[in-house]
Amino acid sequence: MFADYTMTELTSIFAMQGFAGLILFSVFVLMALGLAIIFGQMGVINMAHGEFMILGAYVTYLTSTLFAEYLPSIYGSYFFIAMIFAFIVTAALGALVEWAIIRHLYKRPLDTLLATWGLSLILQQLYRSVFGAREVGVTLPDWLMGSYALNDSIEIPINGLFVMGLTIVITVGVALMMQKSRLGKQTRAVVQNRPMAAAVGINTEKVDRMTFALGCGIAGIAGSAFTMIGSTGPTSGQLYIVDTFLVVVFGGASSLIGTVASAFTISQAQSTMEFFLSGSTAKVLTLLTVVGILMLRPQGLFSLKIRR
Amino acid sequence: MTKIKDFIGRYQLSHLLILAVILLVVMPLAMDIFRLNLVGKYLTYAFVALGLVLCWGYGGILSLGQGVFFGLGGYCMAMFLKLEASSPEHTAIQSTPGIPDFMDWNQLTALPWFWEPFHSFGFTLLAVVLVPALFAFIIGVAMFKRRVSGVYFAIITQAIAAILTILIIGQQGYTGGVNGITDLRTLNGWDIRTDSAKYILYFINAFLLIGCLIAARYIIKSKLGRLLVAMREREDRVRFSGYDVSSFKIFIYCVAAVFSAIGGAMFTLQVGFMSPSFVGIVPSIEMVIFCAVGGRLSILGAVYGTLLVNWAKTSFSESFPELWLFAMGALFIGVVMAFPNGLAGLYQTYVEPRLQRFRKPAPVASQSQVVSLEAGKTATTTNSADKEYSHAGNQ
Repeated sequence: MFADYTMTELTSIFAMQGFAGLILFSVFVLMALGLAIIFGQMGVINMAHGEFMILGAYVTYLTSTLFAEYLPSIYGSYFFIAMIFAFIVTAALGALVEWAIIRHLYKRPLDTLLATWGLSLILQQLYRSVFGAREVGVTLPDWLMGSYALNDSIEIPINGLFVMGLTIVITVGVALMMQKSRLGKQTRAVVQNRPMAAAVGINTEKVDRMTFALGCGIAGIAGSAFTMIGSTGPTSGQLYIVDTFLVVVFGGASSLIGTVASAFTISQAQSTMEFFLSGSTAKVLTLLTVVGILMLRPQGLFSLKIRR
Repeated sequence: MTKIKDFIGRYQLSHLLILAVILLVVMPLAMDIFRLNLVGKYLTYAFVALGLVLCWGYGGILSLGQGVFFGLGGYCMAMFLKLEASSPEHTAIQSTPGIPDFMDWNQLTALPWFWEPFHSFGFTLLAVVLVPALFAFIIGVAMFKRRVSGVYFAIITQAIAAILTILIIGQQGYTGGVNGITDLRTLNGWDIRTDSAKYILYFINAFLLIGCLIAARYIIKSKLGRLLVAMREREDRVRFSGYDVSSFKIFIYCVAAVFSAIGGAMFTLQVGFMSPSFVGIVPSIEMVIFCAVGGRLSILGAVYGTLLVNWAKTSFSESFPELWLFAMGALFIGVVMAFPNGLAGLYQTYVEPRLQRFRKPAPVASQSQVVSLEAGKTATTTNSADKEYSHAGNQ
């Protein structure tokens, strides 16, 4: 399949597809980070994670519409404010959901899966009723438009670059927070040994709620970033949920580095193969490989060794 | 006479008899053929729900990919019917007569090799059972031997459902793509679209379901059933007692797959087409909710749950289409949080004690045996009823 292309063409193809893969990677990482915190740290399967992301995207869309309407002069900076809004709204909803549903189900992880699936159906229908079934998109501010030409055949869109930069910042931020901050330390303590953590005075219920809210908040930011590169519809979130779960499981559920590494592998494999094979075949091959590797190594690529 | 009573008591057949009467007598008399066909369609989902009761309720293995097996069974049957519908005389206008129409549209000029054996009805019937069983066996061996379980198993089966859907949609020329295999007409020359054929298919379907229910009851009552419950509660202890846990899991997973596949094949026969929309993630999870509503530990509950949810779905989406997803979502959350034992749990808590009081002075102990999953006790839902019937048998 490589024979039909010259060497320079191949280089360009790999560069372009690699870049497309990096954008996919950003979406995966942003979604998977939240999921890795919720699933990896708390063991809760949040099937509504995609809908939390889409909520962030809708909040961003609303903010951008408001800015276009009332504050057109500073439209260029709407994104940063939208991102904060998205985080606050989704984190608040996350905390509410944790309080209303998840905390009753910690002992039954398979049941959280069903309950959150129900939640995702409700949220989808809610979005459809409020925003309509059609996809909505934001108008990008001028400084995110256009692309940066590396040479004749390679062009890199600026919004893609921006999203990637954002991904790096958020990933580093989350990693630092999990390692250094009080909440991060408490979360890890609760994950590793809940009774002991409670015994040394950590309010485990509060930590659970904060962790869940934080995971959802990151999903909201992911949704915010998602508006930069695609349009938002009521069911957009569901498209990514299976992939994202595979990313998290493949990387090793409680390891952030593993999540990033597996998101990178999966997205690059998929987008590179997409060019040479049809999209569906590429996807099938990628998923099959991941499932195959998971069967050989169920604990994922990077796993935390804890004595339970 | 006592022997028969004993037999009925041991396998708790009286409830099954009631269900059989409802399915075989009440439904056909009360409904016109359109509604009955609809019920028949719902009942095919009950096969899947029944399989889930075995592997999820008893075995503790939640598979989110049962649609895969439903689809495999359905597609096997659909391939046979499609080949019969595309005889050279019927497809004379195509550029290659004698192959299914969607292959012709996709510029295929010969029948793919894996379609060839489906000319034979005997092979098709075998394939309906064996292909999904083999597939489940491979998945089961790969996963359970490596001790993949719980949440991870659920996610991986879900991924498998996604893979199969993408594959079917992507390989249009071989599978009919997103439309599926449509326009099915005859089964060995017998037109399945007529009203009389629909009646007959409904009864075949109902009998098959009752057969599967008896088989499931037998499995649950056997030592295997006890072991499954033990495994669900304390897998390590069963392993330390010298049992090979993975083989039991593989077996029950295969049984669930075969049940689903039979349902799928009957679906194709009754509805007249098969498409990837019954294979993917969404239908697979919906099938789990049928099982959960009925009660994940009750095989009869699976049938009632499936009928109830589907009836609600049909009537809701006829009158308030936009409300249906809200109702469905609320159902998921409500069942999980408030009624983890579903309809069967409600029946045992509220109806059965009254029935018992009505029949004879109730043994007080049997009431306290109503088990809740939340308490984390070993749930043996059938115990109370069992005792009652064995009392009756001994008189």
